Amino acid sequence: MRHQVGVKYTVLAALLAAVFGSTALQAQDKAGVPAQKKAASAPAGEQFFPVLSYRTGAYAPNGVPFANGYVDYLKLVNARDGGINGIKITFEECETGYATDRGVECYERLKGKSPTGATLFHPLSTGITFALTDKSFTDKIPIITPGYGRADSMDGTVFAWNFPLGGTYWTSSDMLVQHIGKKEGGLDKLKGKKIALVYHDSPYGKEPIPLLQERQKMHGFELLLLPVTHPGVEQKATWLQIRQQRPDYVLLWGWGVMNSTSIKEAVATGYPREKMYGVWWSGAEPDVTPAGEGAKGYNALTFLAPAGQGAVHKDILKFVHAKGEAAGNKEGFGEVLYNRGMTNAMMSVEAVKRAQIRYGKKPLKGEEVRWGLENLAIDAAAIKRLGFEGFMAPISTSCVDHEGGSAAQIHTWDGSKWVVEPGMLQPDMSIIKPMIRASAEKYAAEKKIVKRDCAKETS
Amino acid sequence: MNKNTPFIAVCVALLVGLVLPLATGASAPGFYVEVLLGGLMAGVLYSLVALGFALIFKASGVFNFAQGAMVLFAALAVARLAERMPLWAAILVGIVIMTLLAWFIERLVLRPLVNQDPIALFMATLGVTFFLDGFGQTVWGSDIYKIELGMTKEPVLVLQNLFQGGILVNGEDFVAAIVAAALVGGLALFFQYTPTGRALRAVADDHQAAQSIGIPLNRMWVIVWAVAGVVALVAGVIWGSKLGVQFSLSQVALKALPVVILGGFTSVTGAIVGGLIIGVGEKMAEVFLGPVLVKAFDLAGGGIENWFAYVLALVFLLVRPQGLFGEKHIDRV
Repeated sequence: MRHQVGVKYTVLAALLAAVFGSTALQAQDKAGVPAQKKAASAPAGEQFFPVLSYRTGAYAPNGVPFANGYVDYLKLVNARDGGINGIKITFEECETGYATDRGVECYERLKGKSPTGATLFHPLSTGITFALTDKSFTDKIPIITPGYGRADSMDGTVFAWNFPLGGTYWTSSDMLVQHIGKKEGGLDKLKGKKIALVYHDSPYGKEPIPLLQERQKMHGFELLLLPVTHPGVEQKATWLQIRQQRPDYVLLWGWGVMNSTSIKEAVATGYPREKMYGVWWSGAEPDVTPAGEGAKGYNALTFLAPAGQGAVHKDILKFVHAKGEAAGNKEGFGEVLYNRGMTNAMMSVEAVKRAQIRYGKKPLKGEEVRWGLENLAIDAAAIKRLGFEGFMAPISTSCVDHEGGSAAQIHTWDGSKWVVEPGMLQPDMSIIKPMIRASAEKYAAEKKIVKRDCAKETS
Repeated sequence: MNKNTPFIAVCVALLVGLVLPLATGASAPGFYVEVLLGGLMAGVLYSLVALGFALIFKASGVFNFAQGAMVLFAALAVARLAERMPLWAAILVGIVIMTLLAWFIERLVLRPLVNQDPIALFMATLGVTFFLDGFGQTVWGSDIYKIELGMTKEPVLVLQNLFQGGILVNGEDFVAAIVAAALVGGLALFFQYTPTGRALRAVADDHQAAQSIGIPLNRMWVIVWAVAGVVALVAGVIWGSKLGVQFSLSQVALKALPVVILGGFTSVTGAIVGGLIIGVGEKMAEVFLGPVLVKAFDLAGGGIENWFAYVLALVFLLVRPQGLFGEKHIDRV
């Protein structure tokens, strides 16, 4: 009996050791450095970047490459440049699992981690962004949401701390409608056409609906709204409706496994992939490769950034990968989401650099970094100098405009890689701006926010 | 009022709801048949997972919340092993892994809890769920992995003479449904007609009585968990080939919960019929009921497929607590 108990505890101990051992190994492998060496205490004299990521759960296939790109770029700045103008970067990852409650928990844990607090937050989730927006007014830490979050948050007079740099769901859906109109021979040709929106039934998926309804009124097309519940692996009913309604185009607003499932269901119901257009979160390699040959011809928007490798990738290979410091292996390196994570990190670093001009070369508080974000000017020359040529359009923000301009391209999956269509798409801001203003003012009234007078604020 | 009246009323209401889209002309017959078929195909796959729940509950009285996690774990194992060896070999190794897992669970989790309250055993399976979800991803990775069964993905149109535009049938769905149906049938026969199956049923009826007549309880538990593991593997491979193997599989498997509530926790037949009812019910609701509700009550909209399955199960729970084919539980006072 005693022997049996002994065996049992030995097996238990071995199992636990294996679990903790492999977890520790994985943490080391992904972050490149052992977890305890990261910003556990975030010493004074360093700029602290919290990293909200999801490496496990339903959305991990998309969350992992993004996080790898983000973290690798931060490491590159330390290894190649010695930090941001000599100020070393520290960072700490926190697993949100794409869940709003865990995202808020991560935010609370990391916001005061260093003497100057968190530099800024990239929630990488529209749900978490909605939850953090209210907190940002008291915590005074910028929330960066390139290509996601609240569309109306580009209005800096109301959303003082939100920065949807480079695009929102209103600009993206507008660009897609324009592109479809162009394919049909003009926006007036959309009259009587059917456009279906297959969307993730969440704040993220619902965000483009107001803009699409506005465009529907203008051009007279029929808009079919087809929600897909989280996580989006069960879409048979949705695609049966598409088969019944036979829309001329399908816009896909999915994330994670929902995207590949949509493409697979399109194959199963015989809907042509050439008529499908995904938002930029539905146009990466993990979205198409599971569908195999069936994904050929599928289109999506791309911005910040398309797939490929440029000068910055060479630097990451030299200064990060070669030293065994990379956040992940080379699988996914140079793919859409890796590049987007990297570009997001670059814009954050550039914002700190910009803010250092005003506040000095020292670790900066979130409130100071906001100034950098509101005066961000990444022009073509800067993009080239930073090694990002071909990966993004110029961005120029202000106190009023927290988006800084939006431009995107269409890329099409050819069965093995994304092929970018020439020609940059631009949203029609004459339609979007009044909507932004109305929505932001409604938000300000509801939350009793006093609007900023940007003219009076010193630049 | 007859005590079965509420149950009969619910059944009649569901049948009326089922034929209403066709009777009112809201749907073309061809499309209606497509939705019905889609529901039945999904239902067979739900049955497959529900079978795992029912097997373990039948044999040990444990509600194994970890069945969904076992589906994910098995599918991840097969998908990653298939990258290094032929698929058939990966499936065989997967069966060995699931049997070992069953042995570990019996040895480390269940045996120390023999004769404890069912809630303690249930909580233990919750722990196993979280362990398997995390451990599976740690060992096998959290990307989307493919399992290629070599089935055609292209749909085919059938019965074009009978229905305008024909009926679109997906070959992959069809083969998956046949495999699932064969497995369900095989397990039903195993339980009904083999000595081990009978012993398992005896254990399910009364642990102590079964032990007293010489049935080795621990061995039976290992067997049933191993069988449930193999069922999880089959479900994982089929689901995985359809959806890709990744974390969401464990959540899809939770769809089997309303199936066992509706069909009855102890019934293999209940798992089958319940799966079909849930599959058809949720697809019909999403396609036909959802848009009507949004229009009639000016709702914000949203998919109703996910929660409708649970509503259906709750309605049955109200009028028939033991489920359609479950054993009625009577306590002597």
